[in-house]
Amino acid sequence: MSPDRELRVSKIRNGTVIDHITGGQSLNVLAILGIDGSEEFSVSIGMNVPSDRLGHKDILKVEGRELSQSEVDVLSLIAPEATINIVRDYEVVEKNRVEPPAEVVGVLSCPNRNCISNDDEPVETRFTVMADGVRCDYCSEILRDRLAEHIDV
Amino acid sequence: MRQDHLITATQLSRPDIEAMLDRAREIDESREAFEQRYSGSVLALCFFEPSTRTKMSFETAAKRLGAETIDMGSVESSSVKKGESLADTVRVIEGYADALVLRHPSEGSAKMASEFVDVPVINAGDGAGQHPSQTLLDLHTIRERHGLDDLTIGIMGDLKYGRTVHSLASALTNFDANQHFISPESLRLPRSVRFDLHEAGAQVREHTDLEAILPELDVLYVTRIQRERFPDENEYREIAGEYRIDADTLSAAREDLTVMHPLPRVDEIAADVDETDHARYFEQAHNGVPVRMALLDMLLGGGSE
Repeated sequence: MSPDRELRVSKIRNGTVIDHITGGQSLNVLAILGIDGSEEFSVSIGMNVPSDRLGHKDILKVEGRELSQSEVDVLSLIAPEATINIVRDYEVVEKNRVEPPAEVVGVLSCPNRNCISNDDEPVETRFTVMADGVRCDYCSEILRDRLAEHIDV
Repeated sequence: MRQDHLITATQLSRPDIEAMLDRAREIDESREAFEQRYSGSVLALCFFEPSTRTKMSFETAAKRLGAETIDMGSVESSSVKKGESLADTVRVIEGYADALVLRHPSEGSAKMASEFVDVPVINAGDGAGQHPSQTLLDLHTIRERHGLDDLTIGIMGDLKYGRTVHSLASALTNFDANQHFISPESLRLPRSVRFDLHEAGAQVREHTDLEAILPELDVLYVTRIQRERFPDENEYREIAGEYRIDADTLSAAREDLTVMHPLPRVDEIAADVDETDHARYFEQAHNGVPVRMALLDMLLGGGSE
């Protein structure tokens, strides 16, 4: 990428830079993180930025916020190529690729309205992660596309 | 087999199925040897949906083994009506019984119930999900007539919502069975069942019409297409009519074709079929007792001699 086409966003002091997000998914990533702008974090979003690796990518910089493991787990489902950079005092101290977990618990709602996990029962939703989607442990429903629509955090 | 629960047919291996059906055959041949074997045991029948055959055959199976049964009565008269969760209901009933038989309108209900109790849970139908004990009696019926390998079976009707179909199709992947699925376009097998069949290496051959495939079949398994699956009465009548069979339809079938149905039937199998040698659905329903006795024996006693 030529320097004049680079995304120019100021560096963050402490927080997380999530790079190589699948193009167009950054708002869903923010939803997973529960960030809707009402918090005090400063958030920079780059959408559909040219990328050598992905063609187009999204990039997020979140000041003052690090990600929990369950957040990273869900993020990996909608942005499998993402890299997570932890920044402390303007330096990247940790750089991680996301890895899909074996299962995701309590973060996705089952698209099958007749699934027991959508009834008023004291259970968390639980999905097994497959090569190209997730599968409800209760009703066996398979969810491949539109995963982000079923994020329930 | 040593399983804690019977939730879905996908959990059953070929040796599991064969052990259970061998035991059912043994029970069929010498029922007295099993009488009173579970004297003092209590089986809880938790039916959140109406049932005649399944409930009565579990009840009969338990009684023939010497066990007692308890049930919740109708849902209208139970605490469920007061808004109690299924998780609470089964945790209470667990204290009364040695095993639970559960029928519930939500998919995944038996799986969830099994996570809350330590006694064995038998899924007797969870919404449009699974009905594995029905599958065992279906397999017993097929096995006694044809054997389970080198078998060509047609499964017809409501394949989308038919839980007996979902369980039977996945259990048959343990055997050398050619499965043909015959249904209207809108009632084809759901994605999750199709996925399991592919994973198990089975071919999914789908048809919208019985005629072409009928002469090849050893078994025709018919299920009911329900009125409520269609937005309007006319569409339902037209489509359901195409999946009805009568004695005349079966003139094109092999002489030893077995016609099965999980029952209740409405009019998808005409009464004139009952008089033919093809009709095995009543025998199939009767097999519910020895098969469920075998299942209870496996779950309550681990199948030990």
